[in-house]
Amino acid sequence: MSTRQLNEQEARECKTEQRSYLWGFGLALVLTLIPFGLVAFADVERMTLWLTIGGCALAQVIVHLRFFMHITLAKNKREDLLLVLFTVLILVILCGGTLWILFDLYKRMLPGMMP
Amino acid sequence: MSDATSLIFGRLGWDALPFWSMLDDHSAMSIINGVIATGAAGMVVLGILAAIVLVTWLGKWKYLWSKWLTSPDHKKIGIMFIVIALVMLSRAIIEAVFMRAQQAVGLDGGFLTAEHFGELFTTHGTIMIFFMAMPFLTGIINYVMPLQIGARDLSFPVMNQISLGLTAAGAALTMISLVLAPFSTGGWTGYPPFTELSYNPGAGVDYWLWAVTLSTLSSTLTGINFAVTIFKKRAPGMTLFRMPLFTWTALCTAILMIFGMPPLTVATGLLALDRYLDFHMFTTDLGGNMMNYVNLLWAFGHPEVYILILPPFGIFSEIFATFSGKRIYGYKILVIATMCIAILSFTVWLHHFFTMGQSAHINAAFGIATMLIGIPTGVKVYDWMLTMYRGRIRLSVPMVYAIGFIMLFVLGGMTGIILATPSVDYQVHNSLFLIAHFHNMLIPGLLFGMLSATNFWFPKAFGFRLEERWGYRAAFCWIIGFMLAFFPLYVLGLMGMPRRSVAYFEPQYVPWMITAGIGALVILAALLCLLIQLWVSIRDRHANNVFAGDPWDGRTLEWGISSPPPEYNFPVIPEIYSIDAFMTEKDRGQGWQAPDRYDDIEMPANSAMGVIIGITGLAMAFGLTWYMWWLVIGAGLVTLVAVIARGFGRTTTRTIAACEVQRTHEHWLEQVRLTHPIDRSLEQTTSNHGRPVPPIEGAVQ
Amino acid sequence: MSSGNTRALEGNSRHPGLNLGPAHAQEEDTREEMVFGFWVFMMSDLILFGLLFATYVTMLGGTAGGPGPKELFELKSAFIQTMILLVSSVTFGMASLALKYREDKARLVVWLLVTLALGLAFLFFELKDFHSMFDKGGVPSRSGYLSAFFSLVPLHGLHVTGACIWLVALLGQMAVHGLDAPVKTGILRLAILWHFLDIVWIGIFSLVYLGGLS
Repeated sequence: MSTRQLNEQEARECKTEQRSYLWGFGLALVLTLIPFGLVAFADVERMTLWLTIGGCALAQVIVHLRFFMHITLAKNKREDLLLVLFTVLILVILCGGTLWILFDLYKRMLPGMMP
Repeated sequence: MSDATSLIFGRLGWDALPFWSMLDDHSAMSIINGVIATGAAGMVVLGILAAIVLVTWLGKWKYLWSKWLTSPDHKKIGIMFIVIALVMLSRAIIEAVFMRAQQAVGLDGGFLTAEHFGELFTTHGTIMIFFMAMPFLTGIINYVMPLQIGARDLSFPVMNQISLGLTAAGAALTMISLVLAPFSTGGWTGYPPFTELSYNPGAGVDYWLWAVTLSTLSSTLTGINFAVTIFKKRAPGMTLFRMPLFTWTALCTAILMIFGMPPLTVATGLLALDRYLDFHMFTTDLGGNMMNYVNLLWAFGHPEVYILILPPFGIFSEIFATFSGKRIYGYKILVIATMCIAILSFTVWLHHFFTMGQSAHINAAFGIATMLIGIPTGVKVYDWMLTMYRGRIRLSVPMVYAIGFIMLFVLGGMTGIILATPSVDYQVHNSLFLIAHFHNMLIPGLLFGMLSATNFWFPKAFGFRLEERWGYRAAFCWIIGFMLAFFPLYVLGLMGMPRRSVAYFEPQYVPWMITAGIGALVILAALLCLLIQLWVSIRDRHANNVFAGDPWDGRTLEWGISSPPPEYNFPVIPEIYSIDAFMTEKDRGQGWQAPDRYDDIEMPANSAMGVIIGITGLAMAFGLTWYMWWLVIGAGLVTLVAVIARGFGRTTTRTIAACEVQRTHEHWLEQVRLTHPIDRSLEQTTSNHGRPVPPIEGAVQ
Repeated sequence: MSSGNTRALEGNSRHPGLNLGPAHAQEEDTREEMVFGFWVFMMSDLILFGLLFATYVTMLGGTAGGPGPKELFELKSAFIQTMILLVSSVTFGMASLALKYREDKARLVVWLLVTLALGLAFLFFELKDFHSMFDKGGVPSRSGYLSAFFSLVPLHGLHVTGACIWLVALLGQMAVHGLDAPVKTGILRLAILWHFLDIVWIGIFSLVYLGGLS
């Protein structure tokens, strides 16, 4: 199969999408370098560090969804977006519940299991 | 055992045979239990032999292979799911009768050993949940849902075959465990540390582990299949809020399967790592924590409860509307209630372990969440009652089940609210009160739902009605048997009798236990009535044939096609303008029409994938159970090769010519014209051939 | 960068991941269904990973006197793996674009091979990591904590292995059948799996490695 000839509009779209992937890469790179850099070189208070790591991770997940998975707020993507949001809801309930239950249990009954 | 044999057979030895221990130990107890176990094993072996001989004698192997086992048709896969469910139901009911018999005479002893009793309640629970309830509802949704939304098949027909294969493999594994014993004694929940290798080194827990894992994988795939089908394959015009209620509950169940099954996969997977690779997730030493297992299991377990109960809600909604001759009351409210239940079901799992030791405020939070589920469920009950109100109710067999359900289910729900109160739960948890409660939800809820669905849709699937007299007998036996068998357990639970006890020392328990035992016998009679009903119906199939397709004056799309439907379901995909689409058509006098033109129809081609994955799945699970590593590796490789090779195939569809579709459809329309329309009051007579009289003009349908 | 042009593009999208657009209209309905179905499966898988993450956190204290994260993990190695996976996500993106706009088999195959090489490199570094952990006494049977680690991180590695096998199988299909509709659908779904695994890895490096080392 040979290379398809692109018309002008397609060529423009191709450029835009290529740039979109590179944007995603750049943002993800920055959001990776910040937490790694902090852990490796900086001496930050633990809570701030954890929050930064968590914040960067969340931001990076959104960057991946937006630029690599093409999940956007556009109207006809609602089904996919809804599915992601529903999954996040279930994840928050199940994981949050798990942590709540088990750490409470540790506090009462198994102090040795506290990290 | 020499090295060579252990390389081939792993740890499988002669002592796995159920009569082996009887040969060493000649005590009366050992002989009795040996005879029972051997009898069960004999029934499995004889059953398989009889099936093989029968198929060979009828010369039906080729038919079985090409028309059923490799068929991607959702209707046939649905029926095969239900066949598995019925076989497993029979086994699990017989086990229940044995348990009731044991406890009826269990004062200071009884006739079963503790080990044997443990296997009985473990297999009973595992089978009823994973190999009766799940295949049954999967089968019914498989059959009905695509017909209700005007689709020709599910989105992924081959994946559907694989789901069937995996469920069949899991069911087969539990059947094999009767011949090559033992099964687990850890209950259907399989809590560690009891199920850890150090306390339970035998093959039993491994049987349980892999049977459940196979079923879980199957259900996850099924859930994806159903959800995508409902989202993407609805007929034009069928918006979400025009879907029949059964399809709505199927959608919510599918979503629960997708999100509720992974926790169980995690729980059993980690337990398997503990048992096979010396991990310490749930062990009592080296930093393991068995509470994690309890948490994960019930994070699955509670959504599972609603996976089981939502489809019956949908079924009963259809049945109340059809047999009251009225549109369902509060359609939108029922949909919203279903969605509420689906989401709330993820927020209550802790109520299964209130007594684990967490703080009171956590228990309170989950207790309140649990009680909240009572609200949407209550709304549903009122909606069903208001559907019946001022309707012209026909007390058909499905309706008897439905009315039995509504009364008994409300009672069960009340005891659920009692159990949702942590302080009360501390008193009665782990007692027979709990057993009575969840059987009170599952038998009137799930099982009555499934049986009434069978009576309701059987004529659609096979083209003749199920005989009503034996149907009524079965239904009343179920209702009465259930009440006799489980109401005494509430009392026993309050008297303090723990669940899963092989024997007891309180003489006050005896009368209640005997009543419950009689109830179990009535349920056994109900099972026999079901079998007789099936036999009688097949015998009288010509008199009761309903080829025209609409024996109950139905409301939804599936009644607007022939019984049994053609392979492609709809000669032309219908357009939908309202809920109860077929009733609207009849109302406007537009039912049973020939389309302007016919097109070629593309259907999925037959595929052996389901059979292959089923067999390799069974081989892997069996190999893992008995440490036959060559079998595990071999079957794994075959699976991988089969999946990759399937990707290289390109002929995955076949075409049915337009002229053939036209011929079939016009033949059916001709038959419909020749069928004498009957009034609803005659629907149980032999004059019912599947065409109701048109509605009176102006009457509200 | 969010020009009107991009919006118009997104307006036509029918499923998650890159949409092939009108030039590939053949079998678009089937493709939509297949990719959506795969997306649903990914969400189910996400719950599985999420619970393993939560379980991992609850097992942090279960080291039973054995080695913990500070003794076992190396930041450098985790960083290398992170970078490899991130770059492989972009190279897969380039492969998808080659499929969408060029239908240029050579270019597509090259990008896919680069992605495959990166995937294998990731697996190599991960296995090397495990090896050095084993050398330091970090075996799963040592403690509950290590069991939790080895039930979470290798599962991601297994997924990557599966994705690599799938990639090879797709290259084989392309060799036999050319760039036909099933191959295109396969690449779209594999792309989703690949990007999804990168997202799971974000969780792993943030929570397990960075969380453990800070």
